[in-house]
Amino acid sequence: MGSTSSTLLKIPNVEVLMQETGFSPAHMIRLHDRFKALDKEGRGHLCPQDFGAIKELAMNPIGDRIIGAFFCPGKETVDFHTFVKILAHFRPVDKNRPKEPNSPEPINSRSNKLRFAFQLYDQDKDGKISRDELLKVLQAMLGMQVTEEQLESIADRTIQEADLDRDDAISFEEFRKSLEKVNIDHKMSIRFLR
Amino acid sequence: MEGAWEIAFVLFQVWLSIVVGLIVLPAMFGVSLGFTDIYIRVLVKTLEWATLRIQRGQKEQPTLPSQSANGIIEKDDGSMEEEIGELRRSHPKNLVGGDFTMCDAFYFCKKGIENIVEDQVTQRFTSEELASWNLLTRTNNNFRYISVRLTIIWGLGVFIRYCILLPLRITLAVIGLSWLVIGTTIVGLLPSSNAKNWLSDLVHITCYRICARGLSATIRYHNKENRPKKGGICVANHTSPIDIVILANDGCYAMVGQVHGGLMGVIQRSMVLSCPHVWFERSEMKDRHAVAKRLKDHIADKTKLPILIFPEGTCINNTSVMMFKKGSFEIGRTIYPVAIKYDPQFGDAFWNSAKYNIVSYLLRMMTSWAIVCNVWYLPPMTRQDGEDAVQFANRVKSAIAHQGGLVDLSWDGGLKREKVKESLKEEQQKMYSSMIVGQQGRLMLSILI
Repeated sequence: MGSTSSTLLKIPNVEVLMQETGFSPAHMIRLHDRFKALDKEGRGHLCPQDFGAIKELAMNPIGDRIIGAFFCPGKETVDFHTFVKILAHFRPVDKNRPKEPNSPEPINSRSNKLRFAFQLYDQDKDGKISRDELLKVLQAMLGMQVTEEQLESIADRTIQEADLDRDDAISFEEFRKSLEKVNIDHKMSIRFLR
Repeated sequence: MEGAWEIAFVLFQVWLSIVVGLIVLPAMFGVSLGFTDIYIRVLVKTLEWATLRIQRGQKEQPTLPSQSANGIIEKDDGSMEEEIGELRRSHPKNLVGGDFTMCDAFYFCKKGIENIVEDQVTQRFTSEELASWNLLTRTNNNFRYISVRLTIIWGLGVFIRYCILLPLRITLAVIGLSWLVIGTTIVGLLPSSNAKNWLSDLVHITCYRICARGLSATIRYHNKENRPKKGGICVANHTSPIDIVILANDGCYAMVGQVHGGLMGVIQRSMVLSCPHVWFERSEMKDRHAVAKRLKDHIADKTKLPILIFPEGTCINNTSVMMFKKGSFEIGRTIYPVAIKYDPQFGDAFWNSAKYNIVSYLLRMMTSWAIVCNVWYLPPMTRQDGEDAVQFANRVKSAIAHQGGLVDLSWDGGLKREKVKESLKEEQQKMYSSMIVGQQGRLMLSILI
């Protein structure tokens, strides 16, 4: 019969992790269980195939990109720390958090959530969504259902509207500005049950 | 030494005659001496006490996480159109007829992350989580030490289950299966006649009744008037190999399955001697038409027993019903659906074939408290004109899920082992593109405005 504290202790640096991410002990345990369930071979880390085994994710048009967001460039495995830190982006925004001037921005802030979404588009991580990158995302989401010309015209128009400095690419600031009225907290948050 | 062996032998004989006299014989005649009822009642009281004790313990120590039997996250159940529509409503652009906006990706992103944290399919292939502990170590996920009394009761439970119940159940299982093999072989020697059929039914039912006692199974049958008739097809949801014992306790069926070797093979061969079952060689299974023809021939003969099929094709954890394979729904028009729901409080009947082989599974079954389940016979359903096999299958599946209180899923049970088909991703893309593009003309029009 395992006890809560002994399960928590099995997770290295769990205190630091909880502070950084804002997850409660109960959440950490559930996420750890999920991590272990995904890690079918018990290696202690996840590889892209482990994510690929999730059927509903395989069906998602941008599933590959979401999986890619977990892996730092050059790394082929995800450990539990990184797993939790990425998922922390999707915690609902803490409305009651006092604004301390010197503390780092919480992972689940509105800005960081936008940054996460931005990186889904900006695969080469140069800070801008180029026309090509936009086209690739559109292709992923629409597949064979639309023609090349339609894709191009959609991409053109999107850039036209969002690109304020006329450099034919969308920077993070432009991205943020074009989505300022969207309720990011609701749309990019997942409610974790107790 | 001699004396010791003699005493052991005498004890064994006494034991055997008690078992036969008090359990096997009443079982064969369908008479209950009430032991199982008393056992179940004591068990229920004990488990209730244990639950209250755990709840009290949780209140006193608030750091204990209370188990959420429903999962980790709360999911939004809106459709793709609703969710993306909401995303766009806050967007300053006035969009007529749909168009792409960069926030559309948020919908897919959120769905993807939700699925990483918790997905519908993997859940169904692991055992159901209980809201409270039922004193079996195997279901103990996060229940920690609460009190001395609870631990003692748990220890007592282990002793009872492994040292008293397990040997008893193994004895019963051995008696039951040997009786099946011997009985059917003897009946097989008789010439075909009504008497032979009657005897064959008797042998089969008595054997399954003994096996049911061997699992301390308490089965409640509902709507017996809808029981499958000869020449019909009986269709049920699949949780474990024990389903066969559960159903065959109340009726005789012709089994359908693959030919096995070893002990299973012996049982299969002897069963066929007394009444026709449909056993397929592995090579035959590949030829769908040959399979369909054999089944059709069987049900065409109205003197043969109804065939029993599990259309899910694999064991699911009894919280949901997965896609029914259409093959069984193509061979005949009248289907008798049956819903089986196990009560997980007394023992988890689900066979996770990836985790346990059949022997360890049976051992787990025999060391559980009991198997308690409900069986509902649903009124026969026929394929309507203009309905194809897939739609008919889905209709039957919904009826079974509804009756058994199970979730009706359209996922294929085969996904346990296979990859997702590309066509499912295409469906998502189609749905999304219809929001973007709609008809050809609309896209061009919004550019001109």
